[in-house]
Amino acid sequence: MAFEKVLTRNVGNPAVLSLAGYEGVGGYVALRKALKEMTPLEVTEEVKKSGLRGRGGAGFPTGVKWGFVPRGGERPVYLINNADESEPGTFKDRLLMAHDPHLVLEGTMISAYALECHHAFIYIRGEYVREYEILMAALTELRGKGYLGRGILGSDYDLQVTIVRGAGAYICGEETALMNSLEGRRGEPRLKPPFPAQRGIFGSPTNINNTETLANIPFIIERGAAWFTGIGKERNAGPKLYCVSGHVRNPGVFELPMTITCNELIQEHAGGMLHSGHPVKAFIPGGSSVPVLRADELDVVMSYDDLAEAGTMLGSAGGIVMDETTCMVDALRNLEAFYDHESCGQCTPCRQGCGWLHSLLTRLENGGGVEADIPLITELADNIQGHTICPLGDAAAMPARAMVAKFEDEFRAHVTRKGCPLRDKVMA
Amino acid sequence: MSSDHRKGDPCGASGISDQALRRELEEIVAEYPEKRAGALMCLHRVQRHRGGLSPASQVLVGELIGISPAHVRELVTFYTLFLEETPGRYHLQLCRTLSCQLRGAGELKARIRQRLGIVPGGVTEDGLFQLTEVECLGSCDSAPVIQINDDYFEGLDGDKLDTLLDELAARPPVAGGQG
Ligand SMILES: Cc1cc2nc3c(=O)[nH]c(=O)nc-3n(C[C@H](O)[C@H](O)[C@H](O)COP(=O)(O)O)c2cc1C
Ligand code: SF4
Ligand code: FES
Repeated sequence: MAFEKVLTRNVGNPAVLSLAGYEGVGGYVALRKALKEMTPLEVTEEVKKSGLRGRGGAGFPTGVKWGFVPRGGERPVYLINNADESEPGTFKDRLLMAHDPHLVLEGTMISAYALECHHAFIYIRGEYVREYEILMAALTELRGKGYLGRGILGSDYDLQVTIVRGAGAYICGEETALMNSLEGRRGEPRLKPPFPAQRGIFGSPTNINNTETLANIPFIIERGAAWFTGIGKERNAGPKLYCVSGHVRNPGVFELPMTITCNELIQEHAGGMLHSGHPVKAFIPGGSSVPVLRADELDVVMSYDDLAEAGTMLGSAGGIVMDETTCMVDALRNLEAFYDHESCGQCTPCRQGCGWLHSLLTRLENGGGVEADIPLITELADNIQGHTICPLGDAAAMPARAMVAKFEDEFRAHVTRKGCPLRDKVMA
Repeated sequence: MSSDHRKGDPCGASGISDQALRRELEEIVAEYPEKRAGALMCLHRVQRHRGGLSPASQVLVGELIGISPAHVRELVTFYTLFLEETPGRYHLQLCRTLSCQLRGAGELKARIRQRLGIVPGGVTEDGLFQLTEVECLGSCDSAPVIQINDDYFEGLDGDKLDTLLDELAARPPVAGGQG
């Protein structure tokens, strides 16, 4: 059976920005079904059965995570829709918010119901001003028409949704940093335990999911878990949004089942390489934080499990394509500058290590490197990874280790030739 | 994104009175279970109306959400989108991260330097343009990208950037706006 796009079906149809337009294409049917025909536990069970895995990076099963949240306790339960989307190479949640804000809201509302939560938050990155306005307009319309507040849609379920804008910090996408930020504090990650399901925002049980994750919920509820598991492959079910950027002719977001290979995504969906004379050299499949793949490794299927087996990760599915003109030392330098800038500074290995990697790679790229720098990159990565409060440290270490392992000759050439052998071909 | 011809409009001082601003902030804070949680949205709102977050503005926000001015400043210095000084009328936020670098962000930076004589961190003498290098804007499929005030300008090259800067420089200042 041909693959049917659902998450992106309304992209390019501005009618769905209004409530009437969204309902005209079947919107809020799933919410009504959940409220009228299902208990919160039944909704949770259906999501569990679907096997939906978190689209925010780690791929943890969503229904299982919801099961960790204690219900009926003294403290209220909170749900956060994580729309902070700042992983380099990732721009899928933005597409959903800009083109289908009611889908984002409906997914949030059904999930809140499942968690017996009465106040849900959407935390959107601060730079997405226009997307915030679109989402806010949709929310305002819902509030005015009895879809939010007391007894929504004639049920006895009360729900309030608040949208919070971030303010430019990548680290606030990390769940505990986001919670501090949402509480009006600096976005510094917290030590775990306590885990968010026990003690998240305002000292209460809190569940946090990615925007794309929650956008799947209306379809699972309306069509059932069996429909969802019929897409893709076992343990890697459902539609997936893939981002492709870099040296391809047709960059963008592509909704596909998790049976697609890296090569198919690049060559068939993203239009092939930007310059026909320059074949692919390397591909980062899951956003800047995951290990790079070489051109000869791209027949791998882009599922959570296949990519893990290949030594990398699906992550946020932010695919970055680099052609043969790209200098791998410079690409890594660019990414380590990012982590250096975004480290919150709480942990010495991350704060110092990212800065060290950044300056070492800058020196190497500019011809001042020595032979010992190359094993030092790996050593620094080893000393960061696993020694920090949050996974940002790992995110800086993993790509460094992989780049050196897979392109060691190119790193060496920078030492022996006292500079970048590719410089003329790369950017200024 | 939008085809609005005012895309890129400055978002400087709106001329709102202190009293009206305070009412807006109170409304924001009322949405949260704890007042302090309104901090980011309040700071965004004040910055929209006042341009930058002056010490007086920080005191005002602190009062409303029940934290000391020092704790407000802790936030202002942590979050890169909060500015203590009002930026140039057009704040060019040039993405420097990998996908944009691969598609010519370096060329844009060189063009800005050549045309406006500013490097990241700089403001033109007339206060019209300020340049900041920023990290991935979540628009990598249309790289290279510059965010100018609230809007994204996508798929740029040197020539498109020239046209854009000419167009912005020729615009009359918006009523009530700074600059
Ligand atoms: C440094 C860092 C940045 C992150 N940024 C994001 C983000 O922008 N959006 C997101 O959904 N998850 C992000 N995550 C993952 C979240 O911590 C969390 O796992 C996720 O929101 C859970 O949602 P999911 O289960 O639906 O995937 C980030 C994690 C780290 C360590
Ligand atoms: S690993 Fe880095 S970003 Fe994470 S808490 Fe430690 S210093 Fe902060
Ligand atoms: S790298 Fe520039 S928008 Fe993502």
